[in-house]
Amino acid sequence: MTIPEVTPNEVLTIESLSVGYRSKMHLLPVLRDVSFSIRQGEAYGLVGESGCGKSTVAMAIMSYLASNAVIESGSISVLGQDVVTATPHQLREWRGTRMAMVYQDPGSSLNPAMRVGRQVAEVYHYHGQASWSEAMDRTREMFEKVRFSDPGRILERYPHELSGGQQQRVMIAMALAANPALLVLDEPTTGLDATVEADILDLVAQLRSDLGTATLFISHNLGIVARLCERVGVLYAGRLVEEGPTTEVLRRPDHPYTIGLLNSVPKWGSTKRASRLVPIPGDLPPLGQPMPGCAFASRCEIVRPECETSPPPLAPNRAGTAKSACLQRDNLEELRSRLTSAVSTPVVINRRSGPPEPVIVVDHLVKRFRGDQGEMTVLSDVSLTVNAGEILGLVGESGSGKTTLARTIAGLYRPDGGTIESRGEGQSADAKAHYLQMVFQNPDTALNPSQSVSRILGRAVKRLGPKLSTHERAQRVVELAKSVKLQGYHLQLRPRALSGGLKQRVAIGRAFAGDPAVVVLDEPASALDVSVQATILNLLVSLQDDRDLAYLFISHDLAVVNYLSDRIAVMYLGEIIEVGPAESVIAPPHHPYTEVLLSANSAVNSEGGERIRLTGQMPSLAQPPTGCRFHTRCPRVLGDQCRDVVPPVQVAGDGHMLRCHIPLEELRIQQSRPVPPTV
Amino acid sequence: MAQTLDTTAPQPSNDLTALQTRGGRFREVMAELFHSPAFVVGFVVFVFWVVDAIFWQSIAPQSPQAIHPFLTLKPPSTSHWFGTDWLGRDVFARVLGGSTSILEIAPLATLLGILGGTAVGLVTGFYGGAVDTLTMRLVDAFLAFPLIIIAVLVLSLLGSSEITVIVLIGVIFTPVVSRTVRSVVLVERDKEYVAAARLRGENGPYIMVFEILPNITSAIIVEATVRVGYAIFTAATLSFLSLGIQPPSPDWGLTIAEGRTYLSFAPWVVIFPALALATLVVSINLIVESVQRVVNS
Repeated sequence: MTIPEVTPNEVLTIESLSVGYRSKMHLLPVLRDVSFSIRQGEAYGLVGESGCGKSTVAMAIMSYLASNAVIESGSISVLGQDVVTATPHQLREWRGTRMAMVYQDPGSSLNPAMRVGRQVAEVYHYHGQASWSEAMDRTREMFEKVRFSDPGRILERYPHELSGGQQQRVMIAMALAANPALLVLDEPTTGLDATVEADILDLVAQLRSDLGTATLFISHNLGIVARLCERVGVLYAGRLVEEGPTTEVLRRPDHPYTIGLLNSVPKWGSTKRASRLVPIPGDLPPLGQPMPGCAFASRCEIVRPECETSPPPLAPNRAGTAKSACLQRDNLEELRSRLTSAVSTPVVINRRSGPPEPVIVVDHLVKRFRGDQGEMTVLSDVSLTVNAGEILGLVGESGSGKTTLARTIAGLYRPDGGTIESRGEGQSADAKAHYLQMVFQNPDTALNPSQSVSRILGRAVKRLGPKLSTHERAQRVVELAKSVKLQGYHLQLRPRALSGGLKQRVAIGRAFAGDPAVVVLDEPASALDVSVQATILNLLVSLQDDRDLAYLFISHDLAVVNYLSDRIAVMYLGEIIEVGPAESVIAPPHHPYTEVLLSANSAVNSEGGERIRLTGQMPSLAQPPTGCRFHTRCPRVLGDQCRDVVPPVQVAGDGHMLRCHIPLEELRIQQSRPVPPTV
Repeated sequence: MAQTLDTTAPQPSNDLTALQTRGGRFREVMAELFHSPAFVVGFVVFVFWVVDAIFWQSIAPQSPQAIHPFLTLKPPSTSHWFGTDWLGRDVFARVLGGSTSILEIAPLATLLGILGGTAVGLVTGFYGGAVDTLTMRLVDAFLAFPLIIIAVLVLSLLGSSEITVIVLIGVIFTPVVSRTVRSVVLVERDKEYVAAARLRGENGPYIMVFEILPNITSAIIVEATVRVGYAIFTAATLSFLSLGIQPPSPDWGLTIAEGRTYLSFAPWVVIFPALALATLVVSINLIVESVQRVVNS
């Protein structure tokens, strides 16, 4: 093995790393010839879809690979010393002091039976040889650095007493405790709300500029990487296909995969009337499939015969600043122009004319649940109208009551007050089923694992469609499968043989088996990879456009909601605080909470700049705040008025209403100028 | 392997086995079971007793009821492999003939308990609410009684026959099975495919039988194998207390009870039926453990 050359300030150097997993008789390659390095103080983003091997890179650096993983070749050096050949004793010493990692799910990374202060103090005690009291003092200091407002109290807490964001801050404190040279962050904000995510990312950026720690940031979200990292590497099927300065790679990508990824996410401000999402065709090749040439060849639109046979080298581009592995670099212009014209073809051409015709009218809806902390009013006095032929987007943080509202409207929960009127309401359960259908968030549990796709669709056709003979019904199932872009052979398979995107298509097909007037979509694409997400969103929009349906579309992703929706409703703590046409909700004046959500969104804010942040945690639904429910966290709170008086509904335009004490004119002025830095 | 890969979004199914149909899954499970030595040993012993229970009349050297007044309590020899009992009956023939009753009682009682328990568990778990609370408190109360006392009471009131023993054990098993079934129904009930079925306007019985039941079969199969072992144990205990099968049946539990007076000077009268009972119970336990391991993996 050759000893890698180490530039003095290189903290991490990975040299042609290949990793495989042993499975029965085979060795399935996961990483192939991956090389990159991170300098001191640098943040390096590693992006790619799930299954590309991102986490394997992280685990290999920490030397935490699963027992069936084999490092076939290559080296990983941290501060010039090889991790691959290190002894267990050396590794124990290095983990924490040289390299430290923050995992995706903080809840399962912390010991539930130990106070978090002591968990962090252990690092100082065992790594830094500090006495326990000294270690606790330094933990308190570290908790201040990760911006806990009350570090003394947090020290005494158990993990379950902390929110997801707080837990992740504890994890970051723990990772930084022994002052590592390299910090590995593996999707640190994936399970968190956008507002909490924004806060954690601010913290990571701040700590990085304070401490100068080299950072490897693994994410599937290009917006986040753009905001945080100087350099970025794009991983596809275990190979590094493109690498370079973030601004360059993401502004002018030089590999068909990167170009495809960027085109499959909605850009901020784009709408279905002006553009479409262009997914990458095909699927990630299965693990272990031999790939003599370019890994992306099977999905590439500008593929040539030579791409299938010889692997493309990672070569510098013309400017010499970024590198990409593509043999057809000279033909990329063709791909770009083809995609540009595809993107600028609007998905929706039809526009309804005439007065809005309500299909669902929710009036003063109340829903309560009994929980550990007593009775919680999850929906208090929600009024909302869904009109025929429109997509109503519903946004809010988790815990705001979005899903409860959707399920109550669908009839899965019985309301405790108020009414839901629809043409299907008040009649039999069958009539309601024909009128309203729902697509769920998690395609893994939404399909019955013991039934084949044809049985799932067949039953839906039988229940929801017109009366048909057995033969006609079979015909109808095939048509239905085709309309959601499933192949014929998929019909014989059970859900576990399908990928996430295919499962979601089955679920969508099931909802569209009859001729529903309204479809409730509860985060239908958020569990999926971005290129799959684009396919699903396109499918949903074209189905809606063809059949002139109404959607209630729930999502936490504002860029997606803005892209799809005709109108947007914003929920906070069981109340609708703003509703109106999409373009006027997005633009000032809007509710301060909407402003915060917009500001937290990485797609809106990938360029950096001043951002407005939420303070504190979402209050408990068991004891909602008095007055304006948002006053405890509002960055523009006025004072007593907000605390004591329920805010009035202000009309900000045609069908645009918001609940706030601040006069609209004042909101407009404040929201149009740069935000003062929050403390 | 999956956990070391990226876990942010569902993995595309690359596994070839995933493409197999339900029959394929069954074959897969069987293949894996027969690779386990513990299962193979248990299976061979169990099959031996089942074959014996059906064909013992052609296997046994003589009738288990044939009395030989001049050959009482003879130790094992070439003519009487397991010796003879206090009436001069051949112990070997009685051991071979004794498996029939227990292998009738145990599976039938288990089947009854599984059917009853699955029905109760499905209904209480699916509908929840007051019915569920009431039923489960009754189950708790029932399980608080020592079961053997219930058995003694019922059998002395109703008189003892094979049918009553089967029904009794089945009824005793019902609440136990219902608890297991209910717990898995509670997990399935909240999954979104059930919500989707409700949104299609499906009624409760359809959802229970066609949507939920097929997804809890593995839990029910495991529970059934566990229950068969317990059923054998309970049936043998009842025979031993002379509340089950009545003389002159060669039933093992009964033979052990009758023969225990002679234990000190003619141990073969008791030891061989006891060994037979032990091998049957152990073989079932070996099967249960393997099935549980494979089904849950």
